[in-house]
Amino acid sequence: MTKFIDLTLNGISTGAIYAAVALALVLIWRSTRIVNFAQGAMLMFTTFIASGVIDGGGSYVLGFAVALASGFVLGAVVERVLVRPVEGAPQLNAVILTLGLYTLLVALAGMIWGNTPRSFPAAFSLRGYRVGGTTLLFTPNDTFTVLVVLAVAALLALLFRRTTLGLRMRAAAFAPEVARLLGVRVGRMLTLGWALAAVTGALAGVLVAPSVFVGPNNFDPILISGFVAAVIGGLDSPPGAVIGGLLLGLALSYVSGYEGSALVPLAALVILMIVLMIRPTGLFAATRERRV
Amino acid sequence: MSALPGATRSGTLVPRAIRSSTLLRSLLLVVVAGLVLLVVSDQLSAYRDLQLAAGAYYFCVLAGLTVLAGSSGQISLGHGALMAVGAYTVGKLANVGWAVVPELAAGTAATLIIGIPLGIAASRLRGPYLAGATLAFAVGLPALADRFPTFLGGENGLTINPPTPPASLGANFPLERWEAWIACAGAVIVLFVFYNLGRSGVGRALRAVRDDEIAASLGGLRIGRWQTLAFSLSAAAAGLGGGLLAVVTQTIAPGAFPLQLSLSLLAGVVIGGLGSLMGAVWGAILLVFLPNWTNDAANSFSLSSNVSHNLPLAVYGVVLIGAMLVWPSGIQGALRAIWRRAATALGTGGGQTPARTPGDGGTAITVDAPPRTPAAEEPTPEAGAQAPSER
Repeated sequence: MTKFIDLTLNGISTGAIYAAVALALVLIWRSTRIVNFAQGAMLMFTTFIASGVIDGGGSYVLGFAVALASGFVLGAVVERVLVRPVEGAPQLNAVILTLGLYTLLVALAGMIWGNTPRSFPAAFSLRGYRVGGTTLLFTPNDTFTVLVVLAVAALLALLFRRTTLGLRMRAAAFAPEVARLLGVRVGRMLTLGWALAAVTGALAGVLVAPSVFVGPNNFDPILISGFVAAVIGGLDSPPGAVIGGLLLGLALSYVSGYEGSALVPLAALVILMIVLMIRPTGLFAATRERRV
Repeated sequence: MSALPGATRSGTLVPRAIRSSTLLRSLLLVVVAGLVLLVVSDQLSAYRDLQLAAGAYYFCVLAGLTVLAGSSGQISLGHGALMAVGAYTVGKLANVGWAVVPELAAGTAATLIIGIPLGIAASRLRGPYLAGATLAFAVGLPALADRFPTFLGGENGLTINPPTPPASLGANFPLERWEAWIACAGAVIVLFVFYNLGRSGVGRALRAVRDDEIAASLGGLRIGRWQTLAFSLSAAAAGLGGGLLAVVTQTIAPGAFPLQLSLSLLAGVVIGGLGSLMGAVWGAILLVFLPNWTNDAANSFSLSSNVSHNLPLAVYGVVLIGAMLVWPSGIQGALRAIWRRAATALGTGGGQTPARTPGDGGTAITVDAPPRTPAAEEPTPEAGAQAPSER
């Protein structure tokens, strides 16, 4: 029973990470109808930069801020330079392009920082809370992770629902022609969407880094889980992404705890297939007519 | 159906029977390819023989990938993991004393069996969804070796008994050459099967499904079944490629089938040109020689080992990005364009009708237009070049 509680708590904290990655994917899918397979590599890259700042004597907060800032720049540059030419082209081109970007970033990170994973500090203590006589598998750092992700999700919701900028971004994504006629700089809004998505991804990278370590390939499973979480949520809905992330986090935590961590990516695949076969629009999609 | 460029233009040099019969033509192709490989392998050093063998098994996988892309407009990132299925099957069977041919056949069959459920799933998925699902497969499958360490050898993998050259070839016949022969035989079989398949009713049905699913289903084709077939055949080719890899390298471990392998395979088919068998040859050459070239480059510029180890991967990334931005039809598409231009210039009439066999289109083919086009400008030249032009 304690194991079950531990796994549930652990699932909530990893689920928060998945939710952040899923949010990053959903933001990009909503604005440009592209699944950004380079997201895992982009957040790996920004986390390496943060790691460099912290190892160079910077504080954790500074490293955190640098990761977010570099994510913003990276996302904007990627959209403007690489993705813009394939927007509107067949979907396969964008898929291949983002996979190419993934490959290039992984290679560059290996060239710059080497392929040996390095450790990354946590924001808060990694010692579990003590309740009664037992130590729970939930740490102050996990609390921090969950709260930060929830805060970011709330901020994004505020941005899109309550501000003029958010309204412009939604207009640019859903009716680019009309938005342009009304004076919205559609291209700039798309760039901003990618930049915000990359910031969310960078956040997930910094939050997960203490437990997976920082290496060129260490974030691949996070990308897979984020993708699956986004699909569970319908790939179109930010709240769906958060709930999908938490559900997936719980499911994978049980698989990992009872069957071994080697099976986690395959379990994610099985969950993905089940969702796509039974309810291809995801559990929370707003639109009905999506073709999978 | 437009005719083959070679068949319409080569005049009286080629006998009519060969021009008109795909089977005869492909048999001729197979005999010529086999003889050339046989003669070439005899001249090569042991090291070059191993490179030839590597090129042959890469060709098998790339041919499967490119046929999948060309015939159903799908890409798979799971082919590296499918290679692992073939390789582990062959490895386990070789170590209980099976001969080379039955173990390779079993490896191919095992991968085919794994490929069928994947193909059923693939037939219901499009674009990014299929890519994501196969990506999860590529990341997840190699981890199984850790889950069953006694059977699959865990992180260290399996060591495989090498094949023995038949005594009739002489006592001093090098093992490497024998491995190259086996691998080349596999590649030639794949070439023969896919060459004929592309020009048969099956190939036409697959292309009809790729180009217009609604029209094809109105024409009585079961869309899902054809797409499942395409994926399963492609998986079988990857399994044979993986099995040959096991025979040639004699050691297999999960580390030999990382996600990067699948991505380099994708780069190989993209640079060769999606959908073209010749493109698979170019891709195989790239995959074999690129690590050598980058190593040489790293040595001559005295780059650090971090840089030189990751240089091939960086090149694959640049290839994938560059191909999508600049040169979406790959080497084979570019060669074909040059050939067409040359033919026009020489006045042979080759340029008047774009003599493209459907399925040899060599562009990134996809059926779906995106539901919304956020950039509402004119389609870029790249975008225009992408659209499947045979309807």
